[in-house]
Amino acid sequence: MTVTVSTMFISVHDPDEALTFYRDALGLEVRNDVAADGYRWVTVGSPGSDLDVVLSQPHGGRSQAEGDALLALVTQGSLQAAIFSTENLDETFEKVRASGAEVLQEPVSQPWGARDCAFRDPSGNLVRIAQA
Amino acid sequence: MCVVPPPVPRVDRSRRGDVMTPEELADLAHLRRARDSIDRNYAEPLDVPAMARVALMSPAHFSRRFRAVYGETPYSYLMTRRIERAKALLRQGMSVTDACVTVGCTSLGSFSSRFSEIVGETPSQYRARDHRDVEVIPACVSMVVTRPRRTPGAA
Repeated sequence: MTVTVSTMFISVHDPDEALTFYRDALGLEVRNDVAADGYRWVTVGSPGSDLDVVLSQPHGGRSQAEGDALLALVTQGSLQAAIFSTENLDETFEKVRASGAEVLQEPVSQPWGARDCAFRDPSGNLVRIAQA
Repeated sequence: MCVVPPPVPRVDRSRRGDVMTPEELADLAHLRRARDSIDRNYAEPLDVPAMARVALMSPAHFSRRFRAVYGETPYSYLMTRRIERAKALLRQGMSVTDACVTVGCTSLGSFSSRFSEIVGETPSQYRARDHRDVEVIPACVSMVVTRPRRTPGAA
Protein backbone atom coordinates (compact mmCIF):
# COMPACT_ATOMS: atom_id res chain seq x y z
CA MET A 1 0.00 0.00 0.00
CA THR A 2 1.40 3.37 -1.04
CA VAL A 3 0.15 6.59 0.47
CA THR A 4 0.76 9.66 -1.66
CA VAL A 5 0.32 13.36 -1.01
CA SER A 6 -2.70 14.61 -2.94
CA THR A 7 -3.45 18.02 -1.43
CA MET A 8 -1.51 20.56 0.54
CA PHE A 9 -2.54 23.91 2.00
CA ILE A 10 -0.88 27.31 2.05
CA SER A 11 -2.43 30.13 4.08
CA VAL A 12 -2.61 33.34 2.11
CA HIS A 13 -3.92 36.73 3.12
CA ASP A 14 -5.40 37.75 -0.23
CA PRO A 15 -6.20 35.10 -2.87
CA ASP A 16 -5.93 37.49 -5.82
CA GLU A 17 -2.57 38.75 -4.63
CA ALA A 18 -1.46 35.15 -4.09
CA LEU A 19 -2.44 34.27 -7.66
CA THR A 20 -0.08 36.90 -9.05
CA PHE A 21 2.67 34.88 -7.40
CA TYR A 22 1.60 31.24 -7.69
CA ARG A 23 -0.19 31.47 -11.06
CA ASP A 24 1.40 34.40 -12.88
CA ALA A 25 4.99 34.18 -11.64
CA LEU A 26 5.41 30.45 -10.87
CA GLY A 27 3.13 29.35 -13.70
CA LEU A 28 0.81 27.06 -11.71
CA GLU A 29 -2.62 26.37 -13.20
CA VAL A 30 -5.82 27.23 -11.33
CA ARG A 31 -7.90 24.09 -10.87
CA ASN A 32 -10.64 25.24 -8.59
CA ASP A 33 -11.90 28.40 -6.92
CA VAL A 34 -14.45 27.94 -4.14
CA ALA A 35 -16.02 30.75 -2.17
CA ALA A 36 -17.95 30.36 1.07
CA ASP A 37 -18.88 32.78 3.81
CA GLY A 38 -16.77 35.49 2.25
CA TYR A 39 -13.60 33.40 2.02
CA ARG A 40 -11.98 31.62 -0.93
CA TRP A 41 -10.17 28.36 -1.41
CA VAL A 42 -8.19 28.49 -4.66
CA THR A 43 -6.67 25.22 -5.83
CA VAL A 44 -3.54 25.48 -7.96
CA GLY A 45 -1.07 22.92 -9.24
CA SER A 46 1.80 22.36 -11.62
CA PRO A 47 0.76 21.30 -15.13
CA GLY A 48 1.34 17.55 -15.31
CA SER A 49 1.37 17.05 -11.55
CA ASP A 50 -1.49 15.53 -9.56
CA LEU A 51 -0.63 17.45 -6.41
CA ASP A 52 -3.22 20.06 -5.53
CA VAL A 53 -2.10 23.10 -3.56
CA VAL A 54 -4.96 24.94 -1.90
CA LEU A 55 -4.47 28.63 -1.21
CA SER A 56 -6.77 29.31 1.72
CA GLN A 57 -7.41 32.34 3.89
CA PRO A 58 -6.46 32.16 7.57
CA HIS A 59 -9.93 33.13 8.79
CA GLY A 60 -11.83 30.70 6.56
CA GLY A 61 -13.46 28.12 8.82
CA ARG A 62 -11.64 29.42 11.88
CA SER A 63 -12.59 31.64 14.76
CA GLN A 64 -11.54 35.28 14.66
CA ALA A 65 -8.81 34.75 17.26
CA GLU A 66 -7.44 31.63 15.57
CA GLY A 67 -7.50 33.29 12.15
CA ASP A 68 -5.75 36.36 13.54
CA ALA A 69 -3.05 34.21 15.11
CA LEU A 70 -2.43 32.32 11.87
CA LEU A 71 -2.47 35.49 9.78
CA ALA A 72 0.06 37.06 12.15
CA LEU A 73 2.41 34.07 11.82
CA VAL A 74 2.16 34.19 8.02
CA THR A 75 2.68 37.95 7.85
CA GLN A 76 5.62 38.05 10.24
CA GLY A 77 7.36 35.43 8.10
CA SER A 78 7.27 32.49 10.50
CA LEU A 79 5.92 29.92 8.04
CA GLN A 80 7.43 28.04 5.13
CA ALA A 81 5.04 27.32 2.26
CA ALA A 82 6.79 24.87 -0.05
CA ILE A 83 9.87 24.03 -2.06
CA PHE A 84 9.29 24.06 -5.81
CA SER A 85 11.63 22.65 -8.42
CA THR A 86 12.27 23.95 -11.92
CA GLU A 87 14.24 22.84 -14.96
CA ASN A 88 15.70 26.32 -15.35
CA LEU A 89 16.35 28.00 -12.03
CA ASP A 90 17.85 31.23 -13.41
CA GLU A 91 14.95 31.79 -15.78
CA THR A 92 12.40 31.07 -13.04
CA PHE A 93 14.23 33.33 -10.60
CA GLU A 94 14.22 36.25 -13.04
CA LYS A 95 10.54 35.75 -13.80
CA VAL A 96 9.54 35.64 -10.14
CA ARG A 97 11.76 38.60 -9.26
CA ALA A 98 10.28 40.59 -12.15
CA SER A 99 6.84 39.96 -10.65
CA GLY A 100 7.89 42.08 -7.67
CA ALA A 101 8.20 39.24 -5.14
CA GLU A 102 10.53 39.87 -2.20
CA VAL A 103 13.86 38.14 -2.87
CA LEU A 104 15.35 36.30 0.10
CA GLN A 105 18.18 34.59 -1.73
CA GLU A 106 19.50 34.70 -5.28
CA PRO A 107 20.27 31.35 -6.98
CA VAL A 108 23.20 29.80 -5.15
CA SER A 109 24.81 26.37 -4.94
CA GLN A 110 24.31 24.94 -1.49
CA PRO A 111 27.00 22.94 0.33
CA TRP A 112 24.93 19.76 0.02
CA GLY A 113 24.75 19.98 -3.77
CA ALA A 114 21.41 21.61 -4.50
CA ARG A 115 21.12 24.93 -6.28
CA ASP A 116 18.22 27.08 -5.15
CA CYS A 117 16.79 30.53 -4.51
CA ALA A 118 14.19 31.85 -2.07
CA PHE A 119 11.32 34.35 -2.06
CA ARG A 120 8.48 35.52 0.14
CA ASP A 121 5.06 35.05 -1.40
CA PRO A 122 2.90 38.21 -1.19
CA SER A 123 1.50 37.07 2.19
CA GLY A 124 4.91 36.44 3.76
CA ASN A 125 5.33 32.67 3.35
CA LEU A 126 8.83 31.42 2.62
CA VAL A 127 9.03 29.78 -0.80
CA ARG A 128 12.18 28.07 -2.04
CA ILE A 129 12.77 27.12 -5.67
CA ALA A 130 15.39 24.53 -6.53
CA GLN A 131 17.04 23.48 -9.76
CA ALA A 132 15.51 20.11 -10.77
CA MET B 1 -9.19 17.40 -9.85
CA CYS B 2 -9.83 17.62 -6.17
CA VAL B 3 -12.79 19.61 -4.97
CA VAL B 4 -12.05 20.89 -1.51
CA PRO B 5 -15.13 21.13 0.65
CA PRO B 6 -15.20 24.50 2.39
CA PRO B 7 -15.23 24.03 6.16
CA VAL B 8 -18.42 25.00 7.94
CA PRO B 9 -18.01 28.48 9.43
CA ARG B 10 -17.77 28.23 13.18
CA VAL B 11 -18.04 31.87 13.98
CA ASP B 12 -20.62 34.55 13.46
CA ARG B 13 -18.73 37.05 11.37
CA SER B 14 -21.12 39.84 12.28
CA ARG B 15 -19.66 40.02 15.77
CA ARG B 16 -15.97 40.30 15.12
CA GLY B 17 -13.92 41.09 18.17
CA ASP B 18 -10.19 41.61 18.13
CA VAL B 19 -9.83 42.07 14.38
CA MET B 20 -6.32 42.81 13.22
CA THR B 21 -6.16 46.25 11.70
CA PRO B 22 -4.43 46.92 8.37
CA GLU B 23 -1.89 48.95 10.35
CA GLU B 24 -1.05 45.99 12.60
CA LEU B 25 -0.66 43.78 9.55
CA ALA B 26 1.58 46.31 7.81
CA ASP B 27 3.61 46.52 11.02
CA LEU B 28 4.22 42.76 10.98
CA ALA B 29 5.19 42.86 7.30
CA HIS B 30 7.70 45.65 8.02
CA LEU B 31 9.18 43.63 10.88
CA ARG B 32 9.42 40.60 8.59
CA ARG B 33 11.31 42.61 5.97
CA ALA B 34 13.69 43.88 8.60
CA ARG B 35 14.32 40.36 9.89
CA ASP B 36 14.79 39.04 6.33
CA SER B 37 17.25 41.85 5.78
CA ILE B 38 19.21 40.78 8.87
CA ASP B 39 19.28 37.21 7.55
CA ARG B 40 20.61 38.48 4.21
CA ASN B 41 22.98 41.21 5.36
CA TYR B 42 24.28 39.80 8.66
CA ALA B 43 27.89 40.09 7.46
CA GLU B 44 27.61 43.85 7.02
CA PRO B 45 28.11 46.33 9.86
CA LEU B 46 24.44 46.42 10.88
CA ASP B 47 23.20 48.36 13.86
CA VAL B 48 19.72 48.79 15.30
CA PRO B 49 19.05 52.18 13.63
CA ALA B 50 19.91 50.65 10.24
CA MET B 51 17.60 47.68 10.89
CA ALA B 52 14.85 50.00 12.11
CA ARG B 53 15.03 51.99 8.88
CA VAL B 54 14.14 48.84 6.92
CA ALA B 55 11.10 48.45 9.17
CA LEU B 56 10.16 52.13 8.75
CA MET B 57 10.13 52.53 12.55
CA SER B 58 12.03 54.46 15.17
CA PRO B 59 14.84 52.38 16.73
CA ALA B 60 13.11 52.20 20.12
CA HIS B 61 9.73 51.22 18.71
CA PHE B 62 11.39 48.73 16.33
CA SER B 63 13.29 47.03 19.15
CA ARG B 64 10.16 46.74 21.28
CA ARG B 65 7.99 45.37 18.48
CA PHE B 66 10.70 43.01 17.19
CA ARG B 67 11.17 41.52 20.62
CA ALA B 68 7.42 41.17 21.15
CA VAL B 69 6.98 39.35 17.83
CA TYR B 70 10.15 37.25 17.53
CA GLY B 71 11.08 36.75 21.18
CA GLU B 72 14.50 38.39 21.13
CA THR B 73 15.92 41.83 20.46
CA PRO B 74 17.06 42.75 16.93
CA TYR B 75 20.70 42.85 18.03
CA SER B 76 20.37 39.48 19.71
CA TYR B 77 18.76 38.07 16.54
CA LEU B 78 21.61 39.46 14.43
CA MET B 79 24.24 37.94 16.72
CA THR B 80 22.42 34.61 16.82
CA ARG B 81 22.35 34.64 13.02
CA ARG B 82 26.07 35.43 12.89
CA ILE B 83 26.90 32.67 15.34
CA GLU B 84 24.75 30.23 13.38
CA ARG B 85 26.66 31.11 10.19
CA ALA B 86 29.96 30.94 12.06
CA LYS B 87 29.10 27.44 13.26
CA ALA B 88 28.57 26.38 9.63
CA LEU B 89 31.93 27.89 8.62
CA LEU B 90 33.73 26.29 11.58
CA ARG B 91 32.22 22.92 10.68
CA GLN B 92 33.74 23.36 7.23
CA GLY B 93 37.14 23.92 8.84
CA MET B 94 37.51 27.69 8.57
CA SER B 95 39.73 29.29 11.21
CA VAL B 96 38.06 31.00 14.15
CA THR B 97 39.47 34.41 13.18
CA ASP B 98 38.32 34.11 9.57
CA ALA B 99 34.87 32.88 10.64
CA CYS B 100 34.55 35.83 13.01
CA VAL B 101 35.37 38.38 10.30
CA THR B 102 33.34 36.59 7.61
CA VAL B 103 30.10 36.78 9.62
CA GLY B 104 30.53 40.49 10.28
CA CYS B 105 31.96 40.55 13.81
CA THR B 106 34.77 43.05 14.28
CA SER B 107 36.03 41.96 17.68
CA LEU B 108 37.34 38.42 18.12
CA GLY B 109 36.94 38.73 21.87
CA SER B 110 33.27 39.64 21.86
CA PHE B 111 32.62 37.11 19.07
CA SER B 112 34.16 34.33 21.14
CA SER B 113 32.39 35.25 24.33
CA ARG B 114 29.03 35.58 22.53
CA PHE B 115 29.68 32.25 20.78
CA SER B 116 30.51 30.51 24.04
CA GLU B 117 27.52 32.08 25.75
CA ILE B 118 24.97 30.74 23.30
CA VAL B 119 26.65 27.58 22.00
CA GLY B 120 28.04 26.37 25.31
CA GLU B 121 31.62 25.88 24.13
CA THR B 122 34.31 28.09 22.61
CA PRO B 123 34.60 28.47 18.82
CA SER B 124 37.86 26.47 18.90
CA GLN B 125 36.26 23.65 20.87
CA TYR B 126 33.28 23.63 18.51
CA ARG B 127 35.55 23.62 15.45
CA ALA B 128 37.60 20.69 16.77
CA ARG B 129 34.56 18.46 17.33
CA ASP B 130 33.28 15.77 14.99
CA HIS B 131 30.41 17.22 12.92
CA ARG B 132 29.66 14.34 10.56
CA ASP B 133 26.18 13.93 12.05
CA VAL B 134 25.23 17.46 10.98
CA GLU B 135 26.76 17.41 7.50
CA VAL B 136 24.42 14.73 6.16
CA ILE B 137 21.36 16.96 6.50
CA PRO B 138 20.63 19.86 4.11
CA ALA B 139 21.99 23.22 5.22
CA CYS B 140 18.54 24.81 5.25
CA VAL B 141 17.55 22.19 7.81
CA SER B 142 20.79 22.27 9.74
CA MET B 143 20.44 26.05 9.96
CA VAL B 144 17.20 25.52 11.83
CA VAL B 145 18.37 22.53 13.85
CA THR B 146 21.69 24.05 14.90
CA ARG B 147 20.29 27.54 15.41
CA PRO B 148 21.38 28.53 18.91
CA ARG B 149 18.49 29.00 21.28
CA ARG B 150 18.50 31.58 23.99
CA THR B 151 16.99 30.99 27.33
CA PRO B 152 14.20 33.46 28.17
CA GLY B 153 15.55 36.70 29.49
CA ALA B 154 19.05 36.14 28.17
CA ALA B 155 18.60 38.53 25.24
